[in-house]
Amino acid sequence: MIQYLRNNSEIVWLALQEHLYLALLPVLLGFAISLPLGYLAVRFPRLYHPLINTFGVLYSIPSLALFVFLPVLLGTKVLSPVNIVVALTIYTVALLARTVADGLRAVDPVVIQAATAMGYRRLRRLTAVELPIALPVILAGLRVATVSNISLVSVGSLIGIGGLGQLFTRGFQLFYIEPILVGIILSVLLAGLADLIIVLVQRAITPWTRAA
Amino acid sequence: MITFEDVVKVYPGGSTAVDHLSLELPTGKITTLVGPSGCGKTTSLRMINRMVTPTSGRILIDGEDVAGKDEALLRRGIGYVIQHAGLFPHRTVLDNVATVPVLLGETRRTARTKALVLLERVGLSAEFAKRYPAQLSGGQQQRVGVARALAADPPIMLMDEPFSAVDPVVRAQLHQEFLRLQQDLGKTIAMVTHDIDEAIKLGDHVAVLRAGGHLAQFGTPRELLAEPADDFVASFVGRDRGLRSLSFDTASELPVKPVDGLSLDDAGRPLGWPGPSGLQPTGGAFTKEDSLRTVTDLVISSPVGIAVRVGPDGAADGLVSHHDLADYLASRRS
Repeated sequence: MIQYLRNNSEIVWLALQEHLYLALLPVLLGFAISLPLGYLAVRFPRLYHPLINTFGVLYSIPSLALFVFLPVLLGTKVLSPVNIVVALTIYTVALLARTVADGLRAVDPVVIQAATAMGYRRLRRLTAVELPIALPVILAGLRVATVSNISLVSVGSLIGIGGLGQLFTRGFQLFYIEPILVGIILSVLLAGLADLIIVLVQRAITPWTRAA
Repeated sequence: MITFEDVVKVYPGGSTAVDHLSLELPTGKITTLVGPSGCGKTTSLRMINRMVTPTSGRILIDGEDVAGKDEALLRRGIGYVIQHAGLFPHRTVLDNVATVPVLLGETRRTARTKALVLLERVGLSAEFAKRYPAQLSGGQQQRVGVARALAADPPIMLMDEPFSAVDPVVRAQLHQEFLRLQQDLGKTIAMVTHDIDEAIKLGDHVAVLRAGGHLAQFGTPRELLAEPADDFVASFVGRDRGLRSLSFDTASELPVKPVDGLSLDDAGRPLGWPGPSGLQPTGGAFTKEDSLRTVTDLVISSPVGIAVRVGPDGAADGLVSHHDLADYLASRRS
């Protein structure tokens, strides 16, 4: 395996970079879309169930089907990485919008009332009081979305894209175990590392959760 | 001054929370709003800072209708304290207190410096500054809540059952400190409570509300106890209102008899009443500044039915018996 890495370091390095990019860009996009969506679901309670149910259905679409179907819908090339990014963004939103909504809904109404009475306007109350208090729940969702994306990217290799997944397909085609092992190990390490980073960030920005 | 002008609040669905309320809360005084649940006291309080909008009628602060003001700016100028303090769990004690000054545009640094002074004012040492609300007891949280409401030095404070979530011992302590603080600050305070004893103890004026949002009586605690407007107020104030009304008068006018028969030490301080089996404790003594209620209590609990008055130096300077007290109370009535 060491031998394989030594001989193919360039391919593996490129695959790793691509994998990271394809997994994390959708996390960022999905997070940016989920914040307003989750907020809307709380602000207008009638939207909560329709939104959450829609995302539940979206999340249940098999990833491979989505990868294959998206080019038809978006007019992109079958081999375009855009398909993967869009598909994984959809999964991220499906997961995170609900988490954002649930995190915001769990904020103690007494605290929100106190903030209003102190003279917070709605937007500043959201950014300075509600979101920070919802952060532990939201970050828990972000961890799941990140790890899930890192594992899903590999599926993309079945349609010819997909970072470390390409090492699997190559190994299968050549009846060669080394690239498969390298792919699995790196993929797991990547997921573990991403998870660890989010946990560390969470510890740093929510010190109050460990008070009490 | 806060003025309610014929204020009505009907909730969607038709239930009337406040029914044609007209009321004046004087500047620099504590006005308590008291009544059973469903009497509209909290709704009335929240209409002052526009957390609730009246269905009809006006609320004026120093002659200006609150409806014409920007909600957020109005609220930043009114302190607000609620039952469970409602502190921000993600902020340190210091930053909780600094909230409104920061909203008003002060730098975090200046706001924190001020907040530290305020913490001390409400009886919390600097070591609490860096803690989070979850690390405080209920009483401590409530102190922080009061400090937070005072941080921008608002002329008006609204308090919704501020002391009802703490145990009786802590509550009595908070009451004392609150009254001392108010003596220094002279805020215009509207306080909601369901506890008539608290309303009478803390309020300069008391507004008694009854279910359906009617004002049953508005007056000083003394007026409430002496002349309840109707049966509802009388029963709400309680059966021992006669005894409690004695809390409002001091013993300064109460005539005393010369000290006789009491064992004294060298400095003239009371030691006890001589009895067949040695000295019996007096059970305490009163000064001219103590209330008639304290004297009554001492007379009743004294082993010989006589209360001892002491001067500023602690030396006994007079005695009051059952009869003396009864005669004095009777003479006051005529």
